[in-house]
Amino acid sequence: MKKSVFLGALTVAGVTAGVAAAGTLDDVKARGTLNCGVTTGLIGFAAPDANGVWDGFDVGVCRAVAAAVLGDATAVEFVPTTGKTRFTALASGEIDMLARNTTWTFSRDVDLKFEFVGINYYDGQGFMVPKALGVSSAKELDGATVCIQTGTTTELNLADFFRKNNISYEPVPIETNAEGQQLYLAGACDTYTTDASGLAATRAAFENPADHVVLPEIISKEPLGPLVRHGDNEWADVVRWTLNALIAAEELGVTSANVADMAAAAGDNPEINRLVGTEGNLGEQLGLDADWAAKAIMVGGNYGELFEKNIGENTPIGLARGLNAQWTDGGLLYTPPFR
Amino acid sequence: MTALTDPPKESFRIGMLLSDTRYRSLTFQAIALLVLIYCIATLANNLVTNLAAAGLNISFDFLNAPSGYDINQTLIPYTSQSTNLQAAWVGIINTLLVAVLACATATIFGVIAGVLRLSNNWLVRKLMSFYVEIFRNIPVLIWIIIIFTIITAALDSPRAYLGDDPSKQLGLGYFAFTNRGIYVPLPVWGPGSGIVVGVFFASIIGVFAYRRYAKKLLFDTGRLLPMGWPSLVILFVPAIIVYFVMGSPISLDAPDPLANRFNLQGGLQVPAPLIALWFALSIYTGAFIAENVRAGIQAVSKGQTEAAAALGMRPRRIMNLVVLPQALRVIIPPLISQYLNITKNSSLAIAVGYADITATLGGITLNTSGRAIECILLLMLFYLIISLSISAVMNVYNNAIKLKER
Repeated sequence: MKKSVFLGALTVAGVTAGVAAAGTLDDVKARGTLNCGVTTGLIGFAAPDANGVWDGFDVGVCRAVAAAVLGDATAVEFVPTTGKTRFTALASGEIDMLARNTTWTFSRDVDLKFEFVGINYYDGQGFMVPKALGVSSAKELDGATVCIQTGTTTELNLADFFRKNNISYEPVPIETNAEGQQLYLAGACDTYTTDASGLAATRAAFENPADHVVLPEIISKEPLGPLVRHGDNEWADVVRWTLNALIAAEELGVTSANVADMAAAAGDNPEINRLVGTEGNLGEQLGLDADWAAKAIMVGGNYGELFEKNIGENTPIGLARGLNAQWTDGGLLYTPPFR
Repeated sequence: MTALTDPPKESFRIGMLLSDTRYRSLTFQAIALLVLIYCIATLANNLVTNLAAAGLNISFDFLNAPSGYDINQTLIPYTSQSTNLQAAWVGIINTLLVAVLACATATIFGVIAGVLRLSNNWLVRKLMSFYVEIFRNIPVLIWIIIIFTIITAALDSPRAYLGDDPSKQLGLGYFAFTNRGIYVPLPVWGPGSGIVVGVFFASIIGVFAYRRYAKKLLFDTGRLLPMGWPSLVILFVPAIIVYFVMGSPISLDAPDPLANRFNLQGGLQVPAPLIALWFALSIYTGAFIAENVRAGIQAVSKGQTEAAAALGMRPRRIMNLVVLPQALRVIIPPLISQYLNITKNSSLAIAVGYADITATLGGITLNTSGRAIECILLLMLFYLIISLSISAVMNVYNNAIKLKER
């Protein structure tokens, strides 16, 4: 009798804990802030500016979700995570979502029980070397010392690449991008490898960016995107469709400049109407306000605007749209329809 | 005839569990144990329930999967195709390597600083207390990072040594100090080198035998043989003679600046992370050991020193023969905890990218497999085993030298 009461109490405690963990959307609404995991600092993607305000391409996703859910793009608590701490932070509930150059892989999706809600940057791993070294291809890196952020997919790709090409290297494991930059500039490693976008962002922060080249080889596919915990489908839907809304907005020509007008009154394009909430009940279906997507777009603009402002060709980072162009422009961005 | 009856047999009543001081402590201990078991059970149950709710389980299968990553310092064969278990072994050996190295040097630093801190020389004394206070009161992680940063920022990249016309020459043709580590020549063992090594080991035994003999002679007759130079002669002269007799079978493999355009090749590279970690742990813990040594020396009655001085012994000999042997009894027990501290602090290795067990099993493997609980459990088990082993070995030594009462 006593034992069953004891076990029963435990079960109840366990189930309550499970239920409490399931409703992230309600948690976020009740808390009034969104806990968003970002990098510890990668210019263009997520880094605090001179005033300590987080800014960047990944940060834009966090802010868009906060705007969609809470109506306030500043109601975000940014939690800097390293390659090592990010998954634990998400799994333990310390953060509600992770928007941190994280590669969508099978094992992370299936084995680690996370839910990738989409891809906000199609990337690939590259190498950066000092121009003075005279290296023109990654295959010439036999015997080189390579700085690598530890606990990342790039670490595994690197081992595969060198093994496949039958050349040797010496890894220098580092924790953060800042550390890698420092060691690379001091010559403690010959080449720095990470996602090509990260290399471009890192190089942009150098004093003499022209002294360094990014080698032509892209040795892996790195689809980067935001992710949430597995099993909370309502919350996953919110984050997924906020990202989709940003991408669809660009495709449909909805920008931060015109979204307010479009959301004020129904126009003649039904898909835009459904997106900005003047037609249908998409917001209600998500458990959000009707103008959730309009609010998200208003923060930093649509996907294209976010890209141009943070990492595009007119920024120091200078990334071309490439694969990240809309499908109508020959890129890979393609969202399911809003209907 | 005495008529002693047995004392009345005490009957045990439930109330005595509280009222009788003999049982009360047991009662409370039992209650405390039950509460503890309940708490642990709740935590474990919560863990299992939450894991199950998230669709996860506890499994150690990942240990047999290929690790997929490379490690920069491996003392045993390892490739990225080796298993996670093999990677863990690499980490364990690296942890033990740096722990053993740091224990040895920390002891040397500590004993020197501890003795000198009691020196009569004002400057030496103050310098040593400066060292002790500075290093003891700043966290070891900061020292590790400071030393690593100094190495990477102050020393040249290996590129300075490379090429046909390098900007820097190898020191003595053999040594290179770079920000990736120190390159030293590695001996190449030719035929006949085994004999040289054998002679050298025999010499080591010879040194011990000589010192034993000298000690016995001292105790038996009071005659003191010199210890220092004969030991060195016994240690090196036979080995050197054999080395030349065998036709110099051992040669040195110097680092090669021309092998490729990235790194020096050949020789032995002592990587910068190892140096930073080793040195930082040594000087940091050395400061603590210095205090233990000082306490031990001060625990020896001043009368001992004075008595020895009255016999005409010189200060160095008083320290070696009278004070330190007695001080050891006070020094060894806290020294055990310092060795434990070094081993545990070596887990800060990841700060400088040294591939110890925390970096491999508790870092990369944990991250790529996502098996956080399992990895951390294994880590805890490893550090527990190591700490208890060090403790056991050092306690055996402590029992051997502690004051034996007759």
